Amino acid sequence: MTQKIFEVRFHGRGGQGAKTASQFLAEAALDEGKYIQAFPEYGPERTGAPMRAFVRISDEPIRIHSGVEHPDLVLVIDPSLIGIVDVTEGLTDAGIVMVNSPKSPQEIGAQLKFTGKLYTIDATTIALQELGKNIPNTCVLGALLKVLPIVKIDAMKKQMEHKFGKKFGEAMVQKNLKAIQRGFDEVKG
Amino acid sequence: MSPLKTAREIPIGGMIVEPGNSLNYHTGSWASKQPRLDIAKCTGCAFCMNYCPDDCIKSGQVDGQFRATGIKYEYCKGCGVCVAVCKFDALKME
Amino acid sequence: MSDTTKKAFTGADAASWAMKQINPDVVAAYPMTPQTAIVQNFARYVADGLVDTEYVTAESEHSVMSATIGAVAAGGRAMTATSSAGLALMAEMVGVASGLRLPMVMAVANRALSAPINIHGDHSDVYLVKDLGWIQVFSEDPQEVYENMIMAVRISEHPDIQLPVEVNQDGFITSHAVERVDVLEDATVQEFVGQKKLDKYLLDLEHPVTIGPLELQDYYFETQKQRNDAMFKAMEVIPQIEAEFSKITGKIYGWLEEYRMDDAEVAIVVMSSTAGTAKGVVDAMREQGKKVGLIKPRYIRPFPADALVASLKKVKRAAVMDRAISFGAEGGALFNELSSAMYQRDGQTHMQSILFGLGGRDITPADIEGIFQGLLDGDEQLIKYVGVRE
Repeated sequence: MTQKIFEVRFHGRGGQGAKTASQFLAEAALDEGKYIQAFPEYGPERTGAPMRAFVRISDEPIRIHSGVEHPDLVLVIDPSLIGIVDVTEGLTDAGIVMVNSPKSPQEIGAQLKFTGKLYTIDATTIALQELGKNIPNTCVLGALLKVLPIVKIDAMKKQMEHKFGKKFGEAMVQKNLKAIQRGFDEVKG
Repeated sequence: MSPLKTAREIPIGGMIVEPGNSLNYHTGSWASKQPRLDIAKCTGCAFCMNYCPDDCIKSGQVDGQFRATGIKYEYCKGCGVCVAVCKFDALKME
Repeated sequence: MSDTTKKAFTGADAASWAMKQINPDVVAAYPMTPQTAIVQNFARYVADGLVDTEYVTAESEHSVMSATIGAVAAGGRAMTATSSAGLALMAEMVGVASGLRLPMVMAVANRALSAPINIHGDHSDVYLVKDLGWIQVFSEDPQEVYENMIMAVRISEHPDIQLPVEVNQDGFITSHAVERVDVLEDATVQEFVGQKKLDKYLLDLEHPVTIGPLELQDYYFETQKQRNDAMFKAMEVIPQIEAEFSKITGKIYGWLEEYRMDDAEVAIVVMSSTAGTAKGVVDAMREQGKKVGLIKPRYIRPFPADALVASLKKVKRAAVMDRAISFGAEGGALFNELSSAMYQRDGQTHMQSILFGLGGRDITPADIEGIFQGLLDGDEQLIKYVGVRE
């Protein structure tokens, strides 16, 4: 039986947390008993340069090690990449696109010339409000999980507490948990 | 972007034979913010020009005076050094 | 079987975690993409007091290997990591480490050699040093990296071997990809690797020795034969050590892994991460009724000729994939060694050399399917490049 693998592609700029977001997603899935893979792809490795991160999730061990060609889900962490990078490239027919943007799904869909399932979440604004910083990745993850509960939102929150607790302290953890929840609650599409 | 060339079509040894062809590589897309120039505040000190790692500050004569006249946005990577070294508030990241 | 804890680790994390649990006396370090995270993670363990290791930052990889040699010659257990140009730079000392018969373990995140400069995964670096007398094992994924690193300590230190061991993984593809790794408990690893048995290699003022002398035409050859004998002795010893580790993990190791070879008509021989991708292709093509199989060599030194030929003889045609070009040679390095081994054993399997994946060029399931289909169709091309724009 050909293995069923769910494939995700994140579009971001170096330093925005796309790679971190891909790892959070993967590790949350791992905690739920899935098999996972998460890997980044950089062009020039510097802050601001467009990059991609990938996640694979499966119920069985993942043996493939080549690139993700046909993602089931695309997450665009930085809307300024639209027009610079082809964010819908390779998307499967039933594929979903989620964009961090204050615009509506209809507006972004027109911009992308994409007629499939599209969601938007104003993660930058939420991040600035809740975290005080323009790091939209956790909020985008919350939005993702509302649309596609690949993992339960509580599993993701647990991951966040575990990972961020050590690095950034309790206060930042709580702020990120709020950002995730707001992403979950406020996604449009 | 032009289609990728084959092994037969490229120069040997990875040599780049077209002088200055880095001009074809528009790195402006790397920037999430880029500087805006207020020529009125510019005194022509040229600090920004000298510091810019990518030679992105255009210059010329404004009313007979040497001034910064613009930014090459197609190359500017948004490092912000020009803003940091300008003592006259003539540049702002946006 | 021992208890394990589930971790989300890159291949680099897996290597450094194994090193942490092994807790060597010395780690010499120098950064080199894509292995840097290995020595960087370990530096954090040292700083956090999680290991007792003395961490030596050297000014180049040549010095890193020199420092590792010094540490082991003085009686310590030492480990290090490098890639590509770093391995090339230390090549002189890589040979010295083996020539002096110093047990040590080096993790290599395989990356393309220059020129041109490329930071991505291929096997040109390990092929450069494959004849310098190190035992060479390849890891398909982070889990294998972890397990190979631990076994490598015992293999290199075995009194009948006493040769350094290189544990390979694909640069970026494995080193930077987070996957599930089941790690053993510290005590389990500690018990398996045990204390290093000190013999003559020791700064022992009561029993001084000279290490690294000149040997002229009268003795150099004998010392080198002795070194090669140890390589062949390793062919008996490695399976024993792996069997012991198998009791802990419940897994089978071996010179190679066969995947659906029993009734295969054609096969691909490929090492490292590509083997994982190929397994999926085998399954997909088998569903179409095509009798394809996979052979994944784990070791290339010592070269397990008998095992590989025995496996290859099961099929009529095989493609041997090399992730490096041996410039000017008729086919890739693994292809050539296998062809020779087959010929010596009167094997009739028709073999094809595939050159692929240089500089991190992706090798897709479609590419691999194309190779299998070529074999099924009786493709006569001796050397084929896959994935390049010709």
